[in-house]
Amino acid sequence: MLKNEEIQHLKKVANQIRIDLIDMISYAQSGHPGGALSAVEIVTSLYFRVMNIKPSDPKWEDRDRFILSKGHACAVLYASLAEKGYFPKETLKTFRKFQSILQGHPDMRKTPGVEMNSGTLGNGISAGVGMSLGAKLSNKNLRVYVLLGCGELNEGVVWESAMAASHFKLDNMTAIVDFNKLQSDGEMEKIMNMNPLSAKWQAFGWHTIEVNGHNFEELILAFEEAKKIKGKPTAIIAHTIKGKGVSYMENKPQYHGTYKMSSEETRIALEDLTKERTVI
Amino acid sequence: MQMIPTREAYGEALVEIGEKNKKIIVLEADISKSTRTIYFAKKFPERFFNVGVAEQNEMAVAAGIAATGKIPFVSTYAVFASMRACEQVRTFIAYPRLNVKIAVSHGGLTAANDGVTHQATEDIGIMRTIPNMTIIMPADAVSTKKAVIASVEYEGPVYLRFTRDSVPVLYDEDLKFEIGKSIMLRQGFDATLIALGDMVSKALEAHNILKEEGIGVRVLDMHTVKPIDKEAVIKAAVETGAIVTVEDHNIINGLGGAVAEVIVENELVPVKRIGLQDTFAESGEYEKLLTKYKMNVVDIINAVKLVIGRKKYAKK
Amino acid sequence: MNIENREKLAKELEKKANELRIRIIQMIYEAKSGHPGGSLSIADIIAVLYFHFMRIDPKNPSWEDRDRFILSKGHTCPVWYVALAMRGFFPLEKLSTLRQINGILQGHPDMRKVPGIDMTTGSLGQGLSIGDGMALMGKLDKKNYKVYVVLGDGELNEGQIWEAAMLANKYKLDNLIAIVDYNKLQLDGPTEVVMPLEPLADKWRAFGWYVIEIDGHNILEIIEGIEEAHRVKNKPIVIIAHTIKGKCVSYMENECDWHGKAPNKEQFEIAIKELGGIKLCK
Repeated sequence: MLKNEEIQHLKKVANQIRIDLIDMISYAQSGHPGGALSAVEIVTSLYFRVMNIKPSDPKWEDRDRFILSKGHACAVLYASLAEKGYFPKETLKTFRKFQSILQGHPDMRKTPGVEMNSGTLGNGISAGVGMSLGAKLSNKNLRVYVLLGCGELNEGVVWESAMAASHFKLDNMTAIVDFNKLQSDGEMEKIMNMNPLSAKWQAFGWHTIEVNGHNFEELILAFEEAKKIKGKPTAIIAHTIKGKGVSYMENKPQYHGTYKMSSEETRIALEDLTKERTVI
Repeated sequence: MQMIPTREAYGEALVEIGEKNKKIIVLEADISKSTRTIYFAKKFPERFFNVGVAEQNEMAVAAGIAATGKIPFVSTYAVFASMRACEQVRTFIAYPRLNVKIAVSHGGLTAANDGVTHQATEDIGIMRTIPNMTIIMPADAVSTKKAVIASVEYEGPVYLRFTRDSVPVLYDEDLKFEIGKSIMLRQGFDATLIALGDMVSKALEAHNILKEEGIGVRVLDMHTVKPIDKEAVIKAAVETGAIVTVEDHNIINGLGGAVAEVIVENELVPVKRIGLQDTFAESGEYEKLLTKYKMNVVDIINAVKLVIGRKKYAKK
Repeated sequence: MNIENREKLAKELEKKANELRIRIIQMIYEAKSGHPGGSLSIADIIAVLYFHFMRIDPKNPSWEDRDRFILSKGHTCPVWYVALAMRGFFPLEKLSTLRQINGILQGHPDMRKVPGIDMTTGSLGQGLSIGDGMALMGKLDKKNYKVYVVLGDGELNEGQIWEAAMLANKYKLDNLIAIVDYNKLQLDGPTEVVMPLEPLADKWRAFGWYVIEIDGHNILEIIEGIEEAHRVKNKPIVIIAHTIKGKCVSYMENECDWHGKAPNKEQFEIAIKELGGIKLCK
């Protein structure tokens, strides 16, 4: 069970990550805020509680792996890596800029802590299957976490990977679906309905857990449960809100894509987040 | 000068042509705002199908639709159409010569800040190797509309490549656009710039600067990479004796490759290919990328001077 | 249809299926190459479709209102070619040109070469997407035609099948009927070893499909399955047909080895004998 102060600490970290990612996107005048904000608690839980990692040694062999399959939301990953100390926070200001280590979509050869290139949707989970298999083959105890968007599940390769992960009994693998129910063109239910989502994963042989993706206690319990499941991979369906934490962005599909934030929008966003910090 | 992204002109053209031709069907993979198919979606919702983020499915669905006598336009980004759904395009659209129009946005480096994942710099090469495929990249908004109309009139698969960013409007409405027939934008006899898509306006800039230096450069808008306008290429080789190709694509198997093939088999003259030198680019502003990867106006000018120098050497 | 007539129909279709099988073996034997296993496993289904349900006109193969058939598992085209020839789309003599140079009967079906072939196929996993496209246009044009897509079980490994499944559900394509030839063998071995599909019906249901399971060699069950499929509204339908790869040729049954090779003379003679003799061929 999580202690109250731990939860408070995670909330503070999450709030800081939100502030940083808004700063980054605002500074870059491009980037994908909506899906980055919806994944903040998921990524925070992993990097600040669940995953076994050493920021001072990003290539440590036994580290847990994280793949951001929804690569367009990399602002949340970069902000978390910086917060964790993989690289200086000032670097965040170079996001998406010419000659930066922080590419518009994750590049494992440029950014310390990024485990796999991603950005064309659906492929991260395949890479995750490979990593999990590799870990099993070399008798490593590490775990592989793959964060998927819900629109991304339209890609057939996700289901190829799902079949394979179940076939190879990859119980060291956890997929998390950032189920914010909005995709680029609008509401998921109108564009391509993924419901019943848990039934799909189950039919493909996965253990499933549904949680509120903004609730640390539920998330961390789910990650703990996943560690105990033997013989099959686990999918955590995390119900989230796109744009979470920034009042005018919440549940609005227009904040999915490469978005140029006006200074007024940045001001309101940061105001929202600062207000939240005082509540925490 | 008016600046319009060619994807914008494409979106508008679809609506215009969809109004007249009820056979036009549009398929989209969840980026309708970006590819501008959203205009068609709003106007003709019953003829618009959003397949979600599933480009392979999108291509094969289009094959099925074309097999019922319709004319599907399939839109997504160039990277996904040419690579993720490559086999679907080859085996189910090109091989049976189905009447599918693959109309893609974000051709070349124009995805800029999004980085390599979204930059399409190999797509023309891939498409060019597929039999039955026609490849068009219009240089401006006016020729984009004409290219869309021409591709509807043409029976068979067409790959239409558009830019994300605004490009200058170069043509008048009375432009005659014919698939496979290049357009001579500037006359000149010292060398020829054969350019594609948004790089045509860069070639024109180079032409102007070179003109001040007393160098007369012909500029061809080679909007159709396949079938390439052999006649115009050979004529340029014979009359100007030196050629520089300019494209936002890997220099391998793109416009430069196509032109070089014609030259080697017909009229040997010096050729220099401006484009991405067989490398991946990176995130960054478009103009900065063009400069870093030696695809900007100054590089074009240097290349023209280089080939003119070689021409003299060749004559000796 | 009363029970008596139904049984009479089933008997007739069984004969057709048997003739299909004989001709398949003969053509593959003559071509010295081809895919017998998966052709034999769907012979009964093809017989029921092509000699009972499908509204098609051999004199007018591109008739607009025809039912469409897509053999997504295109490598088993021998059975399709035989059915089309028996229905008169092209002369039966052409069957001996399978896979030969200058022939119309390509190793995998080519819609530009063979009358009656509604779509070029051969690379797995794509037929359902194409079926989506045709079914969508059937709805748009308010046509009554049905689209039948025969899928192999191995090709369900392809993610594109599930992309297509999602789309058919989105547009409620009740004019689309997918039939899975569930013979449980793929090229490298049993499906449960290479890439397990179970629980297969649950997968389709989770993707929004109406599921019917039948014995794919029981003509009456096939007829009833397709009739049930025709009654379904607002959902795409999948018929999971449990079959035996190489069905009716003893040494080919359940043998992966017979996925894609031709019998020699001795094997050919055994097969024909088991199927009741070559007399049906002429």
